[in-house]
Amino acid sequence: MSKARKDLKRNIKSNPYLLAGLIITGLILLMTIVGIFWTPYEPTAMNASEKLKGVSFRHLMGTDNMGRDIFSRVMYGSRITLLIAIGTVAIGAGVGTIIGALTGYFGGMLDEVMMRIIDALFAFPSILLALVIVSVFGTGWIQLLVSLGIAFVPSFARIVRGEVLRCKNMDYVENARLQGVSDFRMIFVHIVPNIKGVMASSIMIGFNNAVLAEAGLSYLGVGSQPPYASLGKMLSDAQQYMFTMPSYVLFPGAVIVLMVLGFAFLGEGISRWK
Amino acid sequence: MKYIIKKFGMMVATLLVVSLCVFLAFNIIPGDPALKMLGTEASPELVEQVRAEMGLNDPVLVRYARWFLNFIRGDFGTSYNYKVPVGSMILSKIPITLTMGIMAFIMTVLVSIPMGIVTAKHENGLLDRSITVINQVIMAIPPFFSGILITFIFGMILRLFTPGGFVNYTADFGKFVRYLIFPAVAIALPKVAMTVKMLRGSLIDESLKDYARTAYSRGNNTNGVLYRHILKNAVIPVITFLGMALADMIAGSIVIEQVFSIPGISRILLTSISNRDYPVVEAIIMGIAMIVIVVNFLVDVIYRIVDPRIGLEDE
Amino acid sequence: MINKNSLRRKTTGALAIVLTTLAIALSGCSSDKTAGDDSSKITIGIPQDIDGLDPHYATGAGTKEVLFNLFEGLVKPDENGNLNPAVASEYTISEDNKVYTFTLRDGIKFHDGSNVTVEDIKYSIERNMGTDGSEPLISSYSNIDSVNIVDDKHVEVVLKEGDSDFLTQLTVAIIPASNTDPATNVIGTGPYKYVSSSPQENFIMTRYDDYWGDKAYIKDVVFKIEANSDAVVMDLNGGSIDMYARITSTQVEQLSEDFEVYEGTMNLVQALYLNNAEKPFDDVRVRQALCYAINPQEIMDYVSDGAGTEIGSAMFPSFTKYFLPELNDTYNTDFDKAKELLAEAGYPDGFEFTITVPSNYTQHVDTAQVLSEQLKNIGVTANIQEIEWNSWISDVYSDRKYQSTVVGVDASTLAASSLLARYVSDAGRNFTNFNSAAYDEAYANAQNTSDDSAKTEYYKECERILSEEAASVYIQDLPEFVALNKKYTGYVFYPLYVQDISKIKLATE
Repeated sequence: MSKARKDLKRNIKSNPYLLAGLIITGLILLMTIVGIFWTPYEPTAMNASEKLKGVSFRHLMGTDNMGRDIFSRVMYGSRITLLIAIGTVAIGAGVGTIIGALTGYFGGMLDEVMMRIIDALFAFPSILLALVIVSVFGTGWIQLLVSLGIAFVPSFARIVRGEVLRCKNMDYVENARLQGVSDFRMIFVHIVPNIKGVMASSIMIGFNNAVLAEAGLSYLGVGSQPPYASLGKMLSDAQQYMFTMPSYVLFPGAVIVLMVLGFAFLGEGISRWK
Repeated sequence: MKYIIKKFGMMVATLLVVSLCVFLAFNIIPGDPALKMLGTEASPELVEQVRAEMGLNDPVLVRYARWFLNFIRGDFGTSYNYKVPVGSMILSKIPITLTMGIMAFIMTVLVSIPMGIVTAKHENGLLDRSITVINQVIMAIPPFFSGILITFIFGMILRLFTPGGFVNYTADFGKFVRYLIFPAVAIALPKVAMTVKMLRGSLIDESLKDYARTAYSRGNNTNGVLYRHILKNAVIPVITFLGMALADMIAGSIVIEQVFSIPGISRILLTSISNRDYPVVEAIIMGIAMIVIVVNFLVDVIYRIVDPRIGLEDE
Repeated sequence: MINKNSLRRKTTGALAIVLTTLAIALSGCSSDKTAGDDSSKITIGIPQDIDGLDPHYATGAGTKEVLFNLFEGLVKPDENGNLNPAVASEYTISEDNKVYTFTLRDGIKFHDGSNVTVEDIKYSIERNMGTDGSEPLISSYSNIDSVNIVDDKHVEVVLKEGDSDFLTQLTVAIIPASNTDPATNVIGTGPYKYVSSSPQENFIMTRYDDYWGDKAYIKDVVFKIEANSDAVVMDLNGGSIDMYARITSTQVEQLSEDFEVYEGTMNLVQALYLNNAEKPFDDVRVRQALCYAINPQEIMDYVSDGAGTEIGSAMFPSFTKYFLPELNDTYNTDFDKAKELLAEAGYPDGFEFTITVPSNYTQHVDTAQVLSEQLKNIGVTANIQEIEWNSWISDVYSDRKYQSTVVGVDASTLAASSLLARYVSDAGRNFTNFNSAAYDEAYANAQNTSDDSAKTEYYKECERILSEEAASVYIQDLPEFVALNKKYTGYVFYPLYVQDISKIKLATE
């Protein structure tokens, strides 16, 4: 058995967060991946005689107001939600880290100019920024992904910049500098890995925020297009049936909560990696 | 002093960028405010006439310059939609959102800082574990959903407030504040969870650092170390976070004002965006931008007090 | 790592203080019911904000339906679709339908206590004509030649061309000529007068006790703006509003015992509007194929639990004089026939198109989803694109850059022309780009005829042409459900988009 596998095995045993995170995320991913190839029903197929039915063997999660199978729609919706969240974090953290590290490290004019733009973007709360960008791009899940991604750049950039500022005066950086390490190497080999704790939690929070922002934007009426719905859109469509058909609200809601929880636990678990 | 002047210059620069961004963004958005004003029955000639009257046919930069000069003079224009001066319209809504935001912020700070310290002190204890798990669950619930749940539980079942029964501060300040308690809780909940998590992680990180170990090993009393050294360092990322959280609370209020039917700034903003009511959107966004930028400025200043190493080169 | 007991005590102490403060604050929140308990007050939820208080510039249907209670024209529509004298007490129309003469009602007063004069009438009508060289606010007012004061009791409106339907246009609000700022100083003659309004919050009005006609029952009326339609049921059941018009059938099911639900129709022509200038809808066979493929009853079943009234042309049933129920059967669901027509038109394997639908109208979005499923039966793929209402107005309605859309078209006046004028080939409002010489001729004949029954016959001809040519896929007149707390009674439906609050009274009266 390789060392890596041994490490993993030991960690899973001693680290309940990692275990819980792996199980929850694994289940969600499994459901999503199976959904690509097979769903019990066509996610958009309507059935007038099966409107708003509760949980049964025919419909594991019941049906919605159009008689569509909620389980099939949840499988499909998870895929869209995951894609939006992953895309958002990739854009936000990727661009944000580069901007934050460079500006924080070099300072000077570059810092001034970039930070003015970042500050300007940051002056819009991210959900509002996404809302404005969506108004420009139009609605649809890809537009939403890009909008949220752009909206997430400033917060990552600021966090990374703050951390880089904090680290760059630390002794180990001073030492490395005295040894003549290049700037690029300094930033991405010495400083960035050192703030991985903060980065990991920021990425996990960012992922959560992306899923939640997607739900929020769906609630405000921008987001994926019917009849294909993301989880957030399903939840926001379902909320008015909370009193009459709770299962319609419960399942998409539970999957969102589990998706976010799974990643949060995973993040927690990674930070406790021994 | 030099530092403050410099920061002030940066603030002005940022505001200029913001104003230009806002102006351009709303110039690309499809939709004609003149058409929106006149509705579907209007003749094309009338629409054209109104466009000309509103100055919508001028080049973007001309419109921008005109708007900007007026803005500096405190004239925010007239709402296309409500046909009343934007300044007075917004002014009456500011106290609503602001009160709610401040309530949520106070709740966040008062609850999360002690909780963060407690969980860090008892790392891996039962209390720590349960608070951590509860926090994770709270953070995993979409804000509008928790808002609806709060309305359902406290409004419909426990009848602690009347859902949708907002009372304006001009009518009855006491009832106004009372109605805002639950929306403020809805906004604060995820922020509390995040701040606790942040502070806890940061405290534990710091306590493992050399200086803290050294302090312990020199026989310092742990509370002394905690307060004098660890907390001071650990609080830096938390301040950044809380600074951002304040901005996020305005964002949070967009959804929460919608859920709780609160006629605050965010709701005006939201409807004005979809109505293409540019003067209102521009004024509100500039207002929000100013608040956020001032908060950022304060964060910078606090940074310097807490960690004097930052910005030494500015002196 | 960190472990010290004294700190623990302090922090838990701080927590305790926070919790107690919260508890104290919460205990203050007794369930005080603010609205509804006052015997002469009603709070009504409305879905959109009032966009301006000047009655001549108000355009939103949601604004007009509220202002209906504050303002009146020379004549005023009633719930049966008749026009009754209001500010005028009587009127005469000349033989050639060119001169409309009105007698000012005796003793009628504005809300500020001043008398209504013939000058006010002349001013109000001319304001809509745009006499200062600007464009008329109401396009049909370009037909007015002059408004003349005959004496201090009589005003005549002289038309350029005779028009027997022109009375329907004279419902515009009469406002005082002396009022320099109608947008903020709201003065009319209606059964209610304006008190205050606050954007996104409310609109308050109170009974006008010097009203010339039947006075309103309820004294204070608050229209509360419900930006969030999902909160409506909670607000009704929780007691913060007493009435809400146009709730959905699913919301009806969730209402508590305290509510009476009135069922009427929305008076809309809901259709899958097709851009007749865009391929493939420039081919009548394709349009007809879509008509054969859809099933209006099934749409109603999904969207509103079966409620709704099927329509087969651009006319809804409330206009009983013009409505032709037999047109519902021009196209009965027949997939084979539909496929045949598609094959003839050169689309044997179907085609793909986009339905652009305004996202704020749930019933239209839902309808589009059902349509999309139904069209799969004939191999046609319909993608749905939701857009904001404002973008809809500019892109779809004004610029006509769309393939198809689902919306409801309402009538602004009681004249059939308000629904049919938009299909004339060169009409500015012809957003479907419908083009038919036969239609243009039939419509022109209707306009040029002063004999009422002949006019009606021409309008019916227009409807038949729309149906045969499958101008669009006509679906239904949507059902309207109004929830009213049982403390009140007397809600009446109008064939127009208005809410008449003056007829609502306390159930105990």
